[in-house]
Amino acid sequence: MSRRLQPDSTERINRQKPLRFTFNGKNYRGYEGDTLASALLANDVHLLGRSFKYHRPRGIVAAGAEEPNSMVQLARGAETEPNIRATQISLFEGLEAASVNVWPNVEYDISAVNGLFAKIFTAGFYNKTFMWPKSFWMKLYEPVIRRAAGWGKAPTTSDPDIYDHMHVHADVMIVGAGPSGLSAALQAGRAGARVILVDEQAELGGSLLGLKREIDGKASGDWIEAAAKELQGIPEVTVLTRSTAFGYYDQNYLCVLEQKTDHLPLAERKGRVRQRVWHVRAKNVILATGAHERPLVFADNDRPGVMLAGAVQTYVNRYGVLPGKRMVLFTNNDGAYEAALDMQAAGAQIAAIIDCREDASGPLVQTATDAGIKILQGHAITGVKGTKRAKAVEVRRIQKGAKVFTSAAQEIDCDLVAMSGGWSPVVHLFSQSQGKLEYIEEKACFVPGSPVQKQIFAGSINASFGLQACLKEGAKAGAEAAKDAGFEGEGSASFKVQEPAEGSIEPFWIVPGGRPIGEGPAKHFVDFQNDSTAADIELATREGFESVEHIKRYTLTGFGTDQGKTSNINALAILSGILDKPIPKVGTTTFRPPYTPVSYGALAGRNLKDWSDPIRLTSIHDWHVEAGAEFENVGQWKRPWYYPKAGEDMQASLNRECRAVRQSVGVLDASTLGKIDIRGKDAAEFLNRIYTNAWSKLGVGRVRYGLMCHEDGMVFDDGTTARLAEDRFLMTTTSGNAAIVLDWLEEYLQTEWPELEVYCTSVTEQWTTVSIAGPKSRELLKKIAPDMDLSNDAFPFMSFQEGDVAGLQARVFRISFTGELSYEINVPWTSGKALWEAVMEAGAEFDITPYGTESMHVLRAEKGFIIVGQETDGTTTPQDLGMDWIVSKKKPDFIGKRSYTREDTAREDRKQLVGLLTENPAEILPEGAQLVFDKEAAVPMPMVGHVTSSYYSATLGRSIALALVKGGHGKQGGTVYAPLKNRTLTAEIVDPVFYDKEGEKLNG
Amino acid sequence: MLNIECPWCGERHETEFHYGGEAHIARPESPEALSDEEWADFLFMRKNSKGLFFERWCHSNGCRRWFNVARNTVTHEIVAVYKMGEKPPSLVKGGKS
Ligand SMILES: [Zn+2]
Repeated sequence: MSRRLQPDSTERINRQKPLRFTFNGKNYRGYEGDTLASALLANDVHLLGRSFKYHRPRGIVAAGAEEPNSMVQLARGAETEPNIRATQISLFEGLEAASVNVWPNVEYDISAVNGLFAKIFTAGFYNKTFMWPKSFWMKLYEPVIRRAAGWGKAPTTSDPDIYDHMHVHADVMIVGAGPSGLSAALQAGRAGARVILVDEQAELGGSLLGLKREIDGKASGDWIEAAAKELQGIPEVTVLTRSTAFGYYDQNYLCVLEQKTDHLPLAERKGRVRQRVWHVRAKNVILATGAHERPLVFADNDRPGVMLAGAVQTYVNRYGVLPGKRMVLFTNNDGAYEAALDMQAAGAQIAAIIDCREDASGPLVQTATDAGIKILQGHAITGVKGTKRAKAVEVRRIQKGAKVFTSAAQEIDCDLVAMSGGWSPVVHLFSQSQGKLEYIEEKACFVPGSPVQKQIFAGSINASFGLQACLKEGAKAGAEAAKDAGFEGEGSASFKVQEPAEGSIEPFWIVPGGRPIGEGPAKHFVDFQNDSTAADIELATREGFESVEHIKRYTLTGFGTDQGKTSNINALAILSGILDKPIPKVGTTTFRPPYTPVSYGALAGRNLKDWSDPIRLTSIHDWHVEAGAEFENVGQWKRPWYYPKAGEDMQASLNRECRAVRQSVGVLDASTLGKIDIRGKDAAEFLNRIYTNAWSKLGVGRVRYGLMCHEDGMVFDDGTTARLAEDRFLMTTTSGNAAIVLDWLEEYLQTEWPELEVYCTSVTEQWTTVSIAGPKSRELLKKIAPDMDLSNDAFPFMSFQEGDVAGLQARVFRISFTGELSYEINVPWTSGKALWEAVMEAGAEFDITPYGTESMHVLRAEKGFIIVGQETDGTTTPQDLGMDWIVSKKKPDFIGKRSYTREDTAREDRKQLVGLLTENPAEILPEGAQLVFDKEAAVPMPMVGHVTSSYYSATLGRSIALALVKGGHGKQGGTVYAPLKNRTLTAEIVDPVFYDKEGEKLNG
Repeated sequence: MLNIECPWCGERHETEFHYGGEAHIARPESPEALSDEEWADFLFMRKNSKGLFFERWCHSNGCRRWFNVARNTVTHEIVAVYKMGEKPPSLVKGGKS
């Protein structure tokens, strides 16, 4: 059953290298140079899968990226990859592939019964059928659709392969290495420009690989090889094969996916980069992307064995495969006649050429007539016999413009139908680059309009389909692009080409059926991949859709991995016929990236796991690890979360840590707090404008807490700032906000107040901060800082001193986030661990206890101290937080001030910060729980706020919570309810300060 | 993905910058003197131009400087780049095409 032809000089397969592979569990053979599709056709396998909605048998239609049908599941070692086009899979030894979208197998598919219920699968089927109730989606519809629609199995384990990214600049980027692209690359490369030439295929040559041509007296294959060799010898030229330009963005920024190992046997891929994404920024881009052939739209045009004429020609000439023994060609143009001639020359019988034109008479038509081929002009195929493989076609005489046929049918036996509806330039990348398309009537296709970036179009993308024209346009484009980048070379090139005359085309968008479109049962497929038919488009217009973008979404035409490569223009033209509007007036849909699918692995590249984001560690990190700390992420920082001892769960650990701080002394690595050094003669004035409170009178050596708001009056950061000198402050910010605050300061200094002389420098990583807290902290500090006077008078709360601590030059700040006597000792980052160890050693006698961020949160919540981002969410004012005390009434202006009197911010019933005590002290409210005043209220219940922080407090022996509650400041003693999934918790509204309301603990 | 010319560093990839919205919206000298409507206008209302648009960018992963950009919001063409405090260049509406 082999359909492999005798060796021929045009073929590009290596008969010395036979390869074994399996498809759906059966063993087959092919050759190096084959695609999976060509190798299957060589084994007379046409049936590859089932269609998306109707589960109709489907076969190979095309020979490249435009293939809509033949998607397979590919085994990849332990991995599997769904939905790869058989036409784009290079065959390798041991390849294993299977059909997708079939169950139990491709020959007997149970869901094919969908075909019998075809009526309900019409346009908008998903929109109409599965609408209500919503819950049915999750439980019923979606799983059913997913299982039935299939389309391959997603891998279940993480992708084991390696991917990387490359960033490059080019003078000239050329997309497509067909005759136009090659000719452009030669010209630009010879001129000395830095050129990147990319092509999706395994070798250079593009469509020329499938044709028998002569260039400058050489066979086209030899010409391609010579060109490839010359390009390889030019150092500034980079040639990437198996590389698809999938995205074209602003300012000539293109992304290319290079498949580096997908064509190799699995064993040879190990340890190598599988795919590489190239990011190219080019001075000039030459789009030499060629054209895709269009199907003709007739009843049952989706049967296996119905293929594009150019693809048939490619399989014959390039792969040495005869896709059928008896072929019918159906065409609306001269060019496709060559497919019949090539097939005939290869030994196939040409049953007939069905030409829908009345007066086709070009040179190719003449040659076909001379070759004795029966030509039926003014005829069309109106049906295909055979379901898993075309067996015969039904042919009728048709009247131009008729909506239905009236003549009798004749049946012509065949096992292959080649069709050609003309060619559509591959304008996807141009469209992605924001370009608008223009319609060319005489060639019945869209071409790029004016360039929108620095781009040139060459060859078939311009509807210049002849080889001579492609080579010429390519050379001209290459020279122009090089010249624009400053490289003068040969202006033009001439080529002696032997090729048949292009001939003419007459648009023929849809073959009439026995009844008007949309009325009969016949299926004229427009988009094979999405199973949408001409009737669907007709139905969509009948239901009121007219915009091409709406129809695309309603019928799914042009969706999916295919992005309408073969279907878009046919759909558009049929729509134009129905609406009776000229094609250009109907407009085109926008092609979006990616041109062909790109895996997530490739997009992620090396940015995975530990490499997905920088990890920031403090100088004490190793100590925390050794102490067995659990860590949490705070921005990019890893911070100790809690330090469980053997046998302790999290809560036990927190209880111990919190008690230590309240009763003796605890120690916290606070190095991650943002620190910004602010200098300049106007520094105090600057802080006056940035913070809500006053800073001018803060004495040197003193520290003040401040809130920052945005202009809308909402809190966005807080922290303490110390006055180091008359013109110098050290600001601290929350750990996660450090960079944002610095940007904020810079923005105001540079854009609003450039007259202020202030300089901001991030010093977060210059200083390690070790915070000791608890009644014993003064005694501890005394041991390691014997020269410092630590008395309350000499070193009061909210002040700092510089001096010697544990033999290190240190700044010690007496501030407190726990409510206890507390010191934050800052030493240069590199000495951080030495300080920590000294503190631990000196603290041993007090049973010093390291505590993490979770205990810090509990301790500060006991004191009612807010955490920005937890008690605030960008809609919270200082007044909402009960922090009016920190908002200056005297300062004429500061950021946020004007907004406090806006109607909305001045409202009485805003959500305000309160404390909550649950009725049952053992119950801990979930953070984020919604609160209501009336637990009996009808659903949807009126929400009055939510829990912002909630913990078990070992100090108080019960749970505590902070919450934002509507009008909460006036509701002390009131009750709120938290309706949870299976129960409702009751809580009393209380003051947010739960512990040491008088602040007596601050002095130890 | 834009290529933006920082007035201090030269042409750099968009990922080095962050966007700062419409340019030439000065913070009012005396916010207290403004009506609620006027203040809200400053706070919330921005142009949504189709075509030429003056906007601010900050070279946040580079020199950290803020500057102004005149960009065509349809074609994304950057028509001009100029420093903070400088007047916008007079440009044909929509930029050169
Ligand atoms: Zn810069």
